[in-house]
Amino acid sequence: MLEQIESRFRALNPAVDFCSLRYVEEANETLSVRQGVAEPLSRSLDRGAIITVLHQGGCGYAATSDLSTAGLQAALDRARQWADTSRGRAVFDFTGYQPARPTGHYAGPGVEVALDWNRKQLTELLMAEDAASQFDPRIVDRTVSVGRLDVTQLYITHDGGSVAQRFRALVPGLVVTAFANGTAQTRSLGGQYNGYCRQGGLEILAQAGLVGAGRRVAEEALVLLAAPNCPTGNRDLLLLPSQMMLQIHESIGHPLELDRILGDERNYAGTSFVKPEMFGTYQYGSALLNVTYDPTRSNEFASFGWDDDGTPAQKVWLIEDGLLKTPLGGAISQARAGLLGVATSRACSWNRAPIDRMANLNIEPGDTSLASMIASVERGVLMDTNVSWSIDDSRNKFQFGCEYGQLIENGELKGVVKNPGYRGISATFWLSLKAVGDDASVDVMGTPFCGKGEPNQSLRVGHASPACLFGGVDVFGGEA
Amino acid sequence: MMRQYFDAIAADVFASLSPGEQATLWLAGETSDFVRFNHAKVRQAGEVKQLYMTVHLLLGQKHVSQKIALAGILVEDSASLHQVLVDLRSIIDEVADDPYLLMNTELQSTEHYEFNLLPPTEQMVADIMKAVGDADLVGILAAGPVFKGFANSLGQRNWHEVASWNFNWSLYSHGDKAVKRGAAGTRWDTSALKAAIAEARSQLALLARPAKTLSPGSYRAYLTPTAVSELVGMLNWGGFSEREMRSKRSSLLKLASSEARFSPLLSLRENTAAGLSPAFQREGFIKPDYVALVQEGRHAGNLVSPRTAREFGIVSNGASGGEESESLDMAAGSLPKVDILKALGTGIYVSNLWYLNFSDRAACRITGMTRFACFWVKNGEIVAPLDVMRFDDSLFRLLGSELEALTAERELLVDPGSYEARSTASQHLPGALVRSLNLVL
Repeated sequence: MLEQIESRFRALNPAVDFCSLRYVEEANETLSVRQGVAEPLSRSLDRGAIITVLHQGGCGYAATSDLSTAGLQAALDRARQWADTSRGRAVFDFTGYQPARPTGHYAGPGVEVALDWNRKQLTELLMAEDAASQFDPRIVDRTVSVGRLDVTQLYITHDGGSVAQRFRALVPGLVVTAFANGTAQTRSLGGQYNGYCRQGGLEILAQAGLVGAGRRVAEEALVLLAAPNCPTGNRDLLLLPSQMMLQIHESIGHPLELDRILGDERNYAGTSFVKPEMFGTYQYGSALLNVTYDPTRSNEFASFGWDDDGTPAQKVWLIEDGLLKTPLGGAISQARAGLLGVATSRACSWNRAPIDRMANLNIEPGDTSLASMIASVERGVLMDTNVSWSIDDSRNKFQFGCEYGQLIENGELKGVVKNPGYRGISATFWLSLKAVGDDASVDVMGTPFCGKGEPNQSLRVGHASPACLFGGVDVFGGEA
Repeated sequence: MMRQYFDAIAADVFASLSPGEQATLWLAGETSDFVRFNHAKVRQAGEVKQLYMTVHLLLGQKHVSQKIALAGILVEDSASLHQVLVDLRSIIDEVADDPYLLMNTELQSTEHYEFNLLPPTEQMVADIMKAVGDADLVGILAAGPVFKGFANSLGQRNWHEVASWNFNWSLYSHGDKAVKRGAAGTRWDTSALKAAIAEARSQLALLARPAKTLSPGSYRAYLTPTAVSELVGMLNWGGFSEREMRSKRSSLLKLASSEARFSPLLSLRENTAAGLSPAFQREGFIKPDYVALVQEGRHAGNLVSPRTAREFGIVSNGASGGEESESLDMAAGSLPKVDILKALGTGIYVSNLWYLNFSDRAACRITGMTRFACFWVKNGEIVAPLDVMRFDDSLFRLLGSELEALTAERELLVDPGSYEARSTASQHLPGALVRSLNLVL
């Protein structure tokens, strides 16, 4: 298919300054068991292409699921029309702008071998975990699932650029709800929105701990059911990676997106408290904070060889020793802002134009063990697994909630608490970072559902993080 | 033209079924122009032409489905769909009989058309830029036809085709101070566009005043229909779902058990008859004109999909698989719009809320932010714009004990959303005057 697409595109021979085609083919299938019954098997095969034209300073695109020569010609013509319409009316004059013309191939982990997708065996595994979670009448709802995803992308330019990339990912999930006396508690494996999503093959099921999770997650749901609400007050806060991923995502990732800083998202996803002049001078967090953008880390959910504008992937420190260094801005945003950025121009599929997006955004591990962090806390709360997230349009005032909490008193873990939540302000929260967990505390998480952009795009991102300890945070619980 | 394509391809697919097989087809497509604006200039402009078919193959109680992107070319797409049937047949024996399968056998064919009366999108862009002038506008224009079709091998055919525009935009004063507006329709009205932009411009003067920063605490508040939309939109996170109610995860669990109730002023219903979404769903069930969800503060019903109906032995009301409202309707109150500021007296005027989430789902407690043009009102007069504040409060309070009045006038809010495809959802809502709203940060 890739050869056909490339051949048809080359035959168009567009008479414009620059033209590119990005083809995306994505196949997915999800197996799911709910309450002991297999959910309907659904599959999807999506494919299409987007053609982008830069001509005499204007820029336009057209995306189509008609991949015939005539379909691509019609898309080229429409993209050319939009380039003509936008010329002289756009926020950025593309005259003189030189897009990348990359060449090469990228194959993510697992794509070189056939996936042993044995539906019968996998369904038996899901049934077994589902059955294991049903050992108490207070368990009222269970769902366990695994999804597979295979993606092929081609990026070609009219003047010889050509990059082919292939990715495979597995997305396991398990959610259990317990209910008694009018109260419900839901506990999950890595979050109710598939936090254990990674690139690779079936080995991810073991990495995520799916086998054996049914009983364990259900037991934790029952413990939560009997637990008191998280207390309200100012305490130290120990966040495990399944909450750190959300903390990084919302209060570092989004505020560092250059298109937000440039105002593109002010009508929808919002702007940022970060201003262009803050890069290189602003102390974003304590000296323990080291944040990297790393699409080269192969098993994370959003790894790649090149972004969707053809910029090669590279690991870059965004925040080093707490100092803000680099924005999350792709090639076009870099040209608009006059700042160096990273390979982060990404689209959710063939039918959307790329914008600045996180890919893998990680916190580098420190040297403090989880046990040492707990031992250092006189009065605190450990929180695990995100369940609620909300932050203002400048990405400053946030409030997050977790599935599971545990009190820490005088250096020891104490009782479990339910409905744990905390709130703070990004601009000061990261300065309260007191300790960063070591390698042993790191987990690789992600989300398939990061929403942004107009038209809207839901995109895959990865977040690897150690456990982290923060001092003096306002925490709270649910209603009495 | 797409209707003829759909009928032809459905006939072709169904003719190739083997004895004992049944099938349904669900088609979703659009040809949309999307133009993003920033600083009243074009940020990105382009067209998306997409066509998806979901083939659902049934053999007794076994069934499997596949969604596939198509070109819109009959011969080529027929070949693709025949291959999909081959693939589905190859795996259908791998799935177990589904005890919760419920297919529609009551044939009801329908069609709804709103043909394309739109000017070229390039003309709309020119109109917008002319009307905006030097104001700082940011937003998105979407325009073009959206179509959805259902067919089953028993002979039912349903078609919904609407060509429309949706312009969702903000005018910025400075920093994060802005006026947000949105409008949609099937006819482009340049004079209405000019009037809307002029009206928004007039509010910029208020936003230019020195901002007031509130301390956390409880405040009397007026919520515009747009802000109310954000609040009741949270009930679409499983609150109206029969399955979530049975799973004990619904935020309205306490309402259903009568442990909590809303104000008698509050009545909500799914009003498909007055909405913009298709009146049929993916399995071919036809939605009733309306479904009562909350009646005078008390729980009145849920949205029930066919699968949930079969699982729990109840009757479906044609809900989609997600059991979400697509045409939510809140009954109007008696507060005239012209009296809003006077009735508010001293408090906060909330134009928009943003990024809501549950802080305690069982208590229907929600947190979120104020956004865009929110004002401090003193003695019935707007005094100053507000800096953004976080609220954390229960809907059982805000739309219950604290709900003082709903406005007599309602607004039709057309969803500008376009995740995967342009939304057809809408809400018809009044504004709400509440005695206290808890601000926490």
